[in-house]
Amino acid sequence: MTAKREKTEVLVKYTFFLIALFSVLVLGLIVLFLFMEGIPIFSKVSVYDFVFGTKWYPTDEPPDFGIFPLIVASFCVTFLSAVVSIPLGVMTAVYISEIASKRVAEIVKPVVELLASLPSVVIGFFGMVIAGPFIQEVFNVPVGVNLFNASLMLAFMSIPTICTISEDAIRSVPVSMREASLALGATRLETILKVVFPASLSGISTAVILGMSRAIGETMVVLMVAGGAAMIPKSIFSPVRPLPASIAAEMAEAPFRGDHYHALFATGIVLFIFTLLFNILADFVASKYKQTGEASL
Amino acid sequence: MKKRNSLMAAVFSVMFLCVSGTAMAGNIDIKGSTTVLPIAQKAAEAYMKGNPNAKITVSGGGSGNGIKAIIDGTTDIGNASRFIKDKEAQLAMEKGVYPVPFRVALDCIVPIVSPKNKITNLTSAQLKDIYTGKITNWKEVGGEDKEIVVVSRDTSSGTFEAWKEMVMKDEKVVQSALTVPSSGAIVQTIAKTDTAIAYVGFGYLTKEVKALSVNGISGSIETTLSGAYPICRPLFMFTKGWPEGETLDFINFVTSKKGQELVKEAGFIPMY
Repeated sequence: MTAKREKTEVLVKYTFFLIALFSVLVLGLIVLFLFMEGIPIFSKVSVYDFVFGTKWYPTDEPPDFGIFPLIVASFCVTFLSAVVSIPLGVMTAVYISEIASKRVAEIVKPVVELLASLPSVVIGFFGMVIAGPFIQEVFNVPVGVNLFNASLMLAFMSIPTICTISEDAIRSVPVSMREASLALGATRLETILKVVFPASLSGISTAVILGMSRAIGETMVVLMVAGGAAMIPKSIFSPVRPLPASIAAEMAEAPFRGDHYHALFATGIVLFIFTLLFNILADFVASKYKQTGEASL
Repeated sequence: MKKRNSLMAAVFSVMFLCVSGTAMAGNIDIKGSTTVLPIAQKAAEAYMKGNPNAKITVSGGGSGNGIKAIIDGTTDIGNASRFIKDKEAQLAMEKGVYPVPFRVALDCIVPIVSPKNKITNLTSAQLKDIYTGKITNWKEVGGEDKEIVVVSRDTSSGTFEAWKEMVMKDEKVVQSALTVPSSGAIVQTIAKTDTAIAYVGFGYLTKEVKALSVNGISGSIETTLSGAYPICRPLFMFTKGWPEGETLDFINFVTSKKGQELVKEAGFIPMY
């Protein structure tokens, strides 16, 4: 009897181990492929010139492979969208978990989460057809597809990520801490700001960083509404060309295993490294401010 | 993270399938150039209707890909919206391949602006200066005092390459130019942006945009055929060596009177 149970235990253990191993393996192979296809370009152009070159003319004779304007564009778009999405996302989370009545929360939460299930191409189309002309008119700028528009659309996309993860973090703060704070005579606002918020800071920071890494990697939206000019933006209304937009726009027509093709994969490597850094940062922040038990505050 | 990786995996597997699917006897495999794609599709459909045994697969993917597929021998017909480049010809000779070009249609590229713009004509020199960033205001070419928004296609598009060769004389497009991934999006952008200028293939002209004449000549079937319109290019189908059997039949069909009617239907200019 016990022998049989032990056998099942071992079987279950290894089955799950194999499944986990498989996903790690697949990820590893994709990364390997990415590097194999990207690295050949560095025999034509140095890593420094690739990353810090300011001209991107991949099909010219001779070609220029400098992705610095694209990197700058990616960061500007991500930063600006974070400025919009962090306050909105975090405050919505605070509202849902702390302030709203149960019935209101039950309506607001799924609606915010529904934002995440909107296909990015729909958001891109919205940005192109509705937000673009609107921005053009209101701010009196020559083009509506630009850095500002792209950031707004990306903010829409990262709000659900930020909101859901922050909300989980806030909800996991023990009720006894809120009760203690209120019992000491603190108001509800003081409790939220001085007890609940610091206690869930680790979760909120993770949410913010993951939201930003979603924004930096998002492709369809920036392809449709960023404008696509490979230059360092002069203002928030300049058209820009973030890294993923460049890859998506050019990959289809780049000759297979040509220099341009390798350069696009190298752009992918750069993007991969950025998202990886974001994720490591999120992990680091989460473990640094981790709240264990009620006594450590 | 995971979501994107799986997406990438899907994209790669599709790409892999495209590359590994080699030509089989009796079937015709056509690859390359999104510009020539509508012609190839229409012709393939009509050809298969007349020859029920023939099986033709058509895929796009850029002129460079079409010519590369011919050199590598992974397709029967490689479409290209430009002639083979010196570098590619050299590579083909090294591999002992002799790509044979067939001119199947003509395409003229027309500069377009918003219907609200008063300008109706630009010279090729003015177009070049606008696209290299020397002219930045409409008043310099006789229009209103407004900044010109330069809109261009992505660098890997065949239309872009043709524009670059014939208008830009291989100079670089100004970095601040908006790039748009498709001809449809170009028309959309111009219709919405009063101060912008762009260019599209003849087949994409709509009522939402205004076509400009170049050096006083407006782009049309007649002016292109007579050679008067300056921005015009031939479209090609390449084969590996002189074609045989079904492939030869298909090429003959495309260049026949019936085939050229299909070219016209697809929005391009027939050769005769």
